[in-house]
Amino acid sequence: MSNLQMAAKAAVLKLHPRALKANPVIFVTAVVAAMTTVLALRDLLTGATGAGVNLQIALWLWICVLFANLAEALAEGRGKARADSLRATKAETTVRLLATMDDPAPREVPSSALKAGQLVRVDAGDLIPTDAEVVRGVASVDESAITGESAPVIRESGGDRSSVTGGTRVVSDHLILRVVAEPGKSFLDRMIAMVEGAERQKTPNEIALNILLAGLTLIFLIVVVTLEPFARFSGLVLPVITLSALFVTLIPTTIGGLLSAIGIAGMDRLVRANVIAKSGRAVEAAGDVDTLLLDKTGTITFGNRMADAFVAAQGVAEADLVHAAWLASLADDTPEGKSIVALAARMGTHVPEEGEPVAFSAQTRLSGVDLPDRTLRKGAVDAVERFTGQVADAGLRNAIDGIARSGGTPLLVADGARILGAIHLKDVIKPGVRERFAELRAMGIRTVMITGDNPVTAASIAAEAGVDDVLAEATPEMKLDYIRREQAGGRLVAMCGDGSNDAPALAQADVGVAMNSGTPAAKEAANLIDLDSDPTKLIEIVMVGKQLLISRGALTTFSIANDVAKYFAILPALFVGAFPGLQALNVMRLNPESAILSAVIFNALVIVALIPLALRGVRYRPSSAAALLRRNLTLYGLGGLIAPFLGIKAIDLCVTALGLA
Amino acid sequence: MTDLLGFALFAAALTAAAWALAAHMTRIYENAPARAERGLYRLAGVRADVMQDGRSYALAVLAFNAAGFVLLYAILRAQAVLPLNPDGVGAMAPHLAFNTAISFVTNTNWQAYSGEVQLSYLSQMAGLTVQNFVSAATGMAVGVAVIRGFAGRPLGNFWTDMTRSVLYVLIPLSVVLGVVLILQGVPQTLLGAAHVTTLEGADQTIARGPAAAQIAIKQLGTNGGGFFGVNSAHPLENPTVLSNMAQVFAILLIPVAFCFLFGRMVRDTRQGWAIFAAMGVLFALGLAVIHLSELAGNPLLGAGPNLEGKEMRFGAALSSLWAEATTAASNGSVNAMHDSFMPLSGLVMTVNIALGEVIFGGVGAGLYGMLLYVVLAVFLAGLMVGRTPEYLGRKIEAREVTLAVLAFLSIPLGILVGAALSATVPQAAASVQDAGPHGLGEILYAYASAVGNNGSAFAGWGAATQWQTTALGLLMLLGRYAVIVPMLAIAGSLSVKRQGVSTSGTFPTHGPLFVVLLIVTVVIFGALTFFPVLALGPVAEFTALRAGQSF
Repeated sequence: MSNLQMAAKAAVLKLHPRALKANPVIFVTAVVAAMTTVLALRDLLTGATGAGVNLQIALWLWICVLFANLAEALAEGRGKARADSLRATKAETTVRLLATMDDPAPREVPSSALKAGQLVRVDAGDLIPTDAEVVRGVASVDESAITGESAPVIRESGGDRSSVTGGTRVVSDHLILRVVAEPGKSFLDRMIAMVEGAERQKTPNEIALNILLAGLTLIFLIVVVTLEPFARFSGLVLPVITLSALFVTLIPTTIGGLLSAIGIAGMDRLVRANVIAKSGRAVEAAGDVDTLLLDKTGTITFGNRMADAFVAAQGVAEADLVHAAWLASLADDTPEGKSIVALAARMGTHVPEEGEPVAFSAQTRLSGVDLPDRTLRKGAVDAVERFTGQVADAGLRNAIDGIARSGGTPLLVADGARILGAIHLKDVIKPGVRERFAELRAMGIRTVMITGDNPVTAASIAAEAGVDDVLAEATPEMKLDYIRREQAGGRLVAMCGDGSNDAPALAQADVGVAMNSGTPAAKEAANLIDLDSDPTKLIEIVMVGKQLLISRGALTTFSIANDVAKYFAILPALFVGAFPGLQALNVMRLNPESAILSAVIFNALVIVALIPLALRGVRYRPSSAAALLRRNLTLYGLGGLIAPFLGIKAIDLCVTALGLA
Repeated sequence: MTDLLGFALFAAALTAAAWALAAHMTRIYENAPARAERGLYRLAGVRADVMQDGRSYALAVLAFNAAGFVLLYAILRAQAVLPLNPDGVGAMAPHLAFNTAISFVTNTNWQAYSGEVQLSYLSQMAGLTVQNFVSAATGMAVGVAVIRGFAGRPLGNFWTDMTRSVLYVLIPLSVVLGVVLILQGVPQTLLGAAHVTTLEGADQTIARGPAAAQIAIKQLGTNGGGFFGVNSAHPLENPTVLSNMAQVFAILLIPVAFCFLFGRMVRDTRQGWAIFAAMGVLFALGLAVIHLSELAGNPLLGAGPNLEGKEMRFGAALSSLWAEATTAASNGSVNAMHDSFMPLSGLVMTVNIALGEVIFGGVGAGLYGMLLYVVLAVFLAGLMVGRTPEYLGRKIEAREVTLAVLAFLSIPLGILVGAALSATVPQAAASVQDAGPHGLGEILYAYASAVGNNGSAFAGWGAATQWQTTALGLLMLLGRYAVIVPMLAIAGSLSVKRQGVSTSGTFPTHGPLFVVLLIVTVVIFGALTFFPVLALGPVAEFTALRAGQSF
């Protein structure tokens, strides 16, 4: 069955009153549809005039309910496939339960019986039964089932890489694990529930919006019910079906029908970004964030320093220095070494020479190559000076100090006893980071760089990256203090972290994102978990949160603005019998017989037309609130005023042409 | 053109005076009580130095108003045997006294009676005038408490706020206005009615009394209950063009000042200007429609302005200005008969009231009523900037939305259900004077007036029947307290919320865009609710009139 077919089937199943009850607006619509159906059937049996149109109105009211159900089913359907593949990894297995760490005779128990605190042994090829912490051993683990990342990762006891997730597989060696999750509460269980939208709890803003929509429904109920006596006073009798149609078109069915789909789709966008939210509240809070605490390494800069420039010593041609550095680094597999090769290659062509590579050793703290006629070495300044027995000349010394002051790392290159010059290694800002931070600033979000570097280094990187503030030589306590200070100033703070010592700060932050590679403590303290362990994800999460709120607001505004046109469509048709002059209100020049039916059809079709928007989310480009408001008010407010005038007129032309009324 | 210039001058003078008054009021509400004041509190046995939360503030309001109701009801029922009754007025009927007492306590001042024949001087002075002061002061106190809540401060103390509103705002302004009115010829005497022989030799009784004092506070406190039955259309209540301008100025002065007071007390005057601008635009639009309709007049009667039911000394322009001011500002005093205005004017007046009296509105009440719409507007549009909606840095969440929806619900509930019953139940429908859509307009106006605590009516509509006095009395209570209590609760909830910082990512609540948003919210939520019944009433009347049919 295709996705759409499954959703269509689910839409029909959702007609069950218990399923409808969760959504007040659609529930009321269904009740009115049922009532209208009974009345229309009565008209049909008694042969009253207009029975045909009444039956069509009843039918379209049902279609309206079905479209709302369809929207929700489609949103849920997107997560289903992912949930099924996750569920496959959760297959029941037998595990070896240990009484103590050194238990020689493990007991075999089914994986579903595991409780928190129990010890389990897993060997190469075993599926890790549930979330646990490594208490002994080192092993490589394939986490592709959860993260989609195919390269195995190392998991070992102690430190920040001790946590393993249920559903991942041990590739080599064996581990002894202490179970941390109660049965049914593991990370995998939570993830399945979330992608399916099954255990979806309404978020705070969604609850508030639902209250507003219920209030509006009540107000329009008063409006429509009291219209009958007013009309009677004016010498008019309004049929119940017509009043029902007016009622359903006035209540906010559009947003009512799409509200839960927007919420589910928003969570789904997070899942697609490989982020698991432990609560919907966190996603909304992400939209509210004022301050982002970002780790320097991995977020702002590449994880490693890179070669940026060469400084030749006095009397050495730069080309010679570059060539020597290139030769000395060819066999160097570290990122720094590779970056030296890359930079040298950019500065000229080099011909390889036959030689014996010398790997980095902790004793000499040097690496390089032994050529037939030369010994090339590179390394830290003091190491090279000791190796050569020389000191850098005054010019070079100046350059070295300059590099250190700017936050970079100087390396020296030597040929035998001669110092050829220096290599400037520096933190390289990731491309696009500066622009990203400028966008965030436009959105009113402050960026704060967290780093263990000294203040000088930190300040120079911060200036280059364009962050608003720096926390240098940061300790976990400083992070926690910083967050508290920001919060006391009325700001909402988001941060990401992975180590156990990040846990207090993660818990204190309004939005805490833990890396999946992090410790159980960090993951427990955070309210979002990033499966890719990518610190830049924080920015993406903020965007998803904002987009979710914007989608809700935009469609609500659209829905309410639609009411104006509906009044102008239906009221003239109702009243023109008693007051011919009210034809003046019929600005769309609708046919009185077909106007109500056309409005009801529009009301249903607009839901289905907006489903793609609800699922995809309203387009969001980072900009200031004022600009966003102007754009969205024009698009969805003004658009919501105008669109139904055109839509209802077009439908009315079709209805009349087809002779439906 | 002269009219336009006059309106513009009036607006400029009003804005300037209100700005100055707001500065004075800011000092009054933010300073510690003076010694003399503390004596008063001791005398009354109230703890004036305790900070009240939303709940205890609301309870104080309710208790104070309940006591006021009991006292006023007792005076009206016993006025025949009480002193200061030179014309020997009898006791007021129970249902009428019920209606009148509620009407004055809730700042509605709906007059189902005629003052000169049904009230003694004691009832006027110790009953109505006292309530004119304290019902206005109640509205101002609640307004100030709500502002404090939105500003994130404790709500304050009802007894202090109420007393200071009377002592330092209402009494001084009333004295000034009262003197102006006396100079213009409004009577202020305790002598009974004058008996004169006219030129034709007939005997005529001319009612008079301590009028100037009561008229001054009736306008300043957006009360509107006149000393005489026909209110400020009466030549002794409003004798000259100058007295007319002074009164219409007084109607709007404190409500306009409240916008600026809001800006000052939340420490961001731009916020006050934004609310002022939204109200001002709605006011100007309404005035334009009324003025143009009245100038055009009734086409069935030939060219010229509509002067039916108007005082010739005021003409169409001043009557239009008054009609717009009195319906926008929840005052309800009239200088012309609203029943005789053109259908579109009647439509505007009804809408002004049915919005919940938020176009400047009642003293204090207009501002907290508009803040209700602000909460709704901010919640809807705030989501569209991708953050949890917030106003003045405080989040608008489920609790605030629930309370705002509850408060808002009381308006259509009271007006539509009340009017629908009145149009259906035979003994209620008998109050209707005119046939067809105009009759429906009368019912709608009356019920809007009660729920909106306005107090004016389409003349000719029978307000004194037992059904109407009772139903309207109850609805005045609904319209007053079903908004006051939730608004105080919202203020209480906001006052303890953490204030967020204002960045370029926060929703701006000043500037033209927000003003437009607020106006559209008022129109869509407020006016659209009444669109169907208005279509059957004034709109149908208007279209019928163009086709040559009148009612």
